[in-house]
Amino acid sequence: MNSLAAPFAAIGRGTLDMLSLIGSIAIYAGQAISHMLRPPFYPREFLHQLGLIGWLSLPVVGLTALFTGGALALQIYAGGARFNAETVVPSIVAIGIVRELGPVLGGLMVAGRVAASIAAEIGTMKVTEQIDALTTLSTHPMKYLTVPRVLAAVVTLPILVAIGDAIGIMGGYLVGTLRLDFNAAAYMTNTIHFLEAGDVISGLVKASVFGFIVATMGCYHGMNAGKGAQGVGRATTAAVVSASILILASNYILTEVFFSA
Amino acid sequence: MIEMQAIHKSFGPKQVLRGVDLTVNSGESMVIIGGSGTGKSVTIKCILGLIRPDSGRILLDGKDVEEEDRDAFLARFGMLFQGGALFDSLPVWQNVAFRLLRGSLKRPKAEAREIAIEKLRRVGLTPDVADQFPAELSGGMQKRVGLARAIAAEPQVIFFDEPTTGLDPIMAGVINDLIREIVVEMGATAMTITHDMSSVRAIADKVAMLHNGKIRWTGPVADMDTCGDPYVDQFINGRAEGPIEAVR
Repeated sequence: MNSLAAPFAAIGRGTLDMLSLIGSIAIYAGQAISHMLRPPFYPREFLHQLGLIGWLSLPVVGLTALFTGGALALQIYAGGARFNAETVVPSIVAIGIVRELGPVLGGLMVAGRVAASIAAEIGTMKVTEQIDALTTLSTHPMKYLTVPRVLAAVVTLPILVAIGDAIGIMGGYLVGTLRLDFNAAAYMTNTIHFLEAGDVISGLVKASVFGFIVATMGCYHGMNAGKGAQGVGRATTAAVVSASILILASNYILTEVFFSA
Repeated sequence: MIEMQAIHKSFGPKQVLRGVDLTVNSGESMVIIGGSGTGKSVTIKCILGLIRPDSGRILLDGKDVEEEDRDAFLARFGMLFQGGALFDSLPVWQNVAFRLLRGSLKRPKAEAREIAIEKLRRVGLTPDVADQFPAELSGGMQKRVGLARAIAAEPQVIFFDEPTTGLDPIMAGVINDLIREIVVEMGATAMTITHDMSSVRAIADKVAMLHNGKIRWTGPVADMDTCGDPYVDQFINGRAEGPIEAVR
């Protein structure tokens, strides 16, 4: 009987653990938002994080966008040629980059870079008692560590993605004009003509949500890191994996919200 | 005065504190001794509110610490952590003046730096250390910076968590002397946890021995050697044989 029940018990235990994790992440995210609205604020920390999260992620996001835009142009050209629709390359590249690939790939690349570094930094602070030291020095770790990082990611990710969108479209333009013999002026006209404000805005809203996810996951897993180097390593992995999955899941939900009508 | 009354704390199935009762009078230097894993750090963290006890009360000057304003409460404490717990991203002087650069005790930056340098000098460090980063300092220097940070805002109560762990005997002696001098000079209440007997003899007015989650014995340091308690006797003489199991 026991051996028969064991798989069900394992599934039940796993489900409860998962629900408990989701609950504690939701509470943590709620606390982060609540602390954002109440003083004291640490503007210097916020500015420092703007540089670390935003400025230093620019090369990663820019290069990702450039190559993705180029590959997208090649794919759409090859696919479009099957039913003589090669001319849609500029508009599909622009819409694809701005609506989906810019925010999602930008978010995933930043998740890899930023969620990992936040989790490792805060996790190390936890195991070396620096978080306890902050508390004894009358400084709330949530206000001093989490809020500036989350706020900086929410603000910088849309900016990064906007720059990435432009670079991605430029990647498509370069491949389109240099490799696929599109007329340069016609390519740009088609790109601008078919792109709507809603496409751009939806992508930037997604980016902001992804920024919140990335920084919150990094901080949550860092704050809850286990002991020693292994604990920090696990926290870092968990931060990147959970941020990536949440980005993809929330992307689907946001796409339903923006475009299902 | 700090009073701990029947403090219990468990982590999962593991009962760490099983009813700790301890009183530390104002201006007194209390040292808690006990083997590794007996709950010494948990005891201090309960007082500071870093860990919430499962039951029991902690009173500071007769008032329940749970009911006090958190910031005002913490402003009365300083703590030296076992590993220093210095913030790697900040230069030494900003570590020392951390509390003076933000919050209710905020001072102008130049004044905070001046106080930091003065505190560094008090713990035997030269002003050129002020602009270095913690990673550039030796273990002994990091402890001194941690000590300077603990006393920077002139706290009424100072906690020392294993202040000499990881230091060579000479540096351990220097830190012990510094702690004793500073505590006497400031008139602060001190609570130290250690298993280094040279620290105990240098720092303590009173000693409490924690064993199996309870205070086993407490009394003046002068009575420690003659208290007659077999647990205290085994511990202070470092014997493998005795009522305390060597393998825990």
